[in-house]
Amino acid sequence: MVNTAVTLCGVALDNPVIPASGTFGFGAEFAALYDINCLGTFSFKGTTRQPRFGNPTPRIAECEAGMLNAVGLQNPGVESVLADILPQMKQYFHKPVMANVSGFSVEEYAETCAMLDESEQIGWLEVNISCPNVHGGGMSFGTDPAMAAAVTKAVRAVTKKPVIVKLSPNVTDIAAMAKACEAAGADGISLINTLQGMRIDLKKRAPILANTFGGLSGPAIFPVALRMVWQVYKAVSIPIIGMGGVSTAEDVIEMMLAGATAVQIGAVNLVNPYAGRDIVRALPAVMEKYGIQNLSDCIGGAHSGT
Amino acid sequence: MKEVTLEISARAQLTRDVYRMVLCGDTTAITAPGQFINIKLDDLYLRRPISVCDWEPEEVTILYKVVGKGTACMAGIPVGTHLSVLTGLGNGYDTAKSGEYPLLLGGGVGVPPLYLLAKQLLSEGKNVTAVLGFNTADEVFYEDEFRALGAKTIVTTADGSRGTRGFVTDALPQDYTYVYTCGPEPMLKAVYNAIETSGQFSFEERMGCGFGACMGCTCKTKYGSKRICTDGPVLEKEEIVW
Repeated sequence: MVNTAVTLCGVALDNPVIPASGTFGFGAEFAALYDINCLGTFSFKGTTRQPRFGNPTPRIAECEAGMLNAVGLQNPGVESVLADILPQMKQYFHKPVMANVSGFSVEEYAETCAMLDESEQIGWLEVNISCPNVHGGGMSFGTDPAMAAAVTKAVRAVTKKPVIVKLSPNVTDIAAMAKACEAAGADGISLINTLQGMRIDLKKRAPILANTFGGLSGPAIFPVALRMVWQVYKAVSIPIIGMGGVSTAEDVIEMMLAGATAVQIGAVNLVNPYAGRDIVRALPAVMEKYGIQNLSDCIGGAHSGT
Repeated sequence: MKEVTLEISARAQLTRDVYRMVLCGDTTAITAPGQFINIKLDDLYLRRPISVCDWEPEEVTILYKVVGKGTACMAGIPVGTHLSVLTGLGNGYDTAKSGEYPLLLGGGVGVPPLYLLAKQLLSEGKNVTAVLGFNTADEVFYEDEFRALGAKTIVTTADGSRGTRGFVTDALPQDYTYVYTCGPEPMLKAVYNAIETSGQFSFEERMGCGFGACMGCTCKTKYGSKRICTDGPVLEKEEIVW
């Protein structure tokens, strides 16, 4: 019997497979299809202090081996998440869930995180300083190490839960961003958020997305994500959640060998709603194929000698 | 919703760029006219949502117009191919509100979902009138099929090359109790302004998942945000915000 368990910032996971925020809602649509308790956990829909409608449509475009989204953080707001959604989630998810948080000011991040800190259902706070699709916030915190540190510090001060900072790949020095967050008290780093991109409609001679730009995800970005996880692993000593185009159990192991302690799966959930379950099921056989007894032994395993 | 493997059992070209495809297999998740299925195609990352035109046990018929990469790919897939399909997506039309004389207004590729709707309304003993709008005579499809069901069928063409000249709103009958419609958004808006009763409108939007997870197709309604894929694609006239 192989062992798929890992520990993420002091919290045990049965396996490192975590559906990524924005691709899994609050889990209900998937819980209707399979028992989502087979997952390590999942990161719920990016939540802000106030409810948000998000961007106008079209919000979705496609490309070779991937997709673009410009949803713009549509969410019901933290009060509704606490009052309505988390109580419902108890019915179908019995593990600690990862809360994904976005904001438009340092104070707002801290306020939302302080409110979520009170929920026993939440195991980790994943602080998204990297949304490419909202203006006047989101990614602007994720492209300046000083701003990233300020958000991290403010959030760290208001919660007892592990704080994982989600980084944007739309920077020149990802390691510097990770180091700044680590120094400011982050317990973990997750990366990568989507890469900024666009598509143009030839007939209309205009951008497909109403927001012009969107975030690129899917297998197309996997090598970029892997490289950045590798670089961050070399730069920090806190755990890393790797993500970006992960679609198979082999991808999960590859991401872990680059340095990830846990792995998020995003776009693939939209194409194959059973992807989370399928990857969890496939892991043991793939581990055996590559002679892996304990999955946690893989973390950073490709770095020796480099 | 259910993920199933369906086999293409028949394919036919209806007009220059409209095709019919019949898929065989488990169709039990399809529960209402106006729902759609989401098809995985090789080499394309996202699934392709297509409305259900007709449904029988173990069989679903779709009609689609070749407008882009996905539909062009579908037009070339041979009979016998197996496809991964998410079935039973969307809310669909509610026939309970139709009254005695429901009016069905379809424009172009908005016509297909009205076929199963007409079939169901007729089986419930309703007097169905269907107005099918196209641009030109050579784009007309399913006129005979609607007639064969027993629906009073009126065709309109924008250039007058067949049936009534103009749009579906130029051929509204005198008396009707309720309206069901599907078509391009400008048509839906014209219908909204022209009809004298309540009705149900089916909308289209670019989708990521098709089952409510990604928030890619959200629209504003008078009762808050709705996902076209899951809370729609059919919206009640009273809740629509243009």
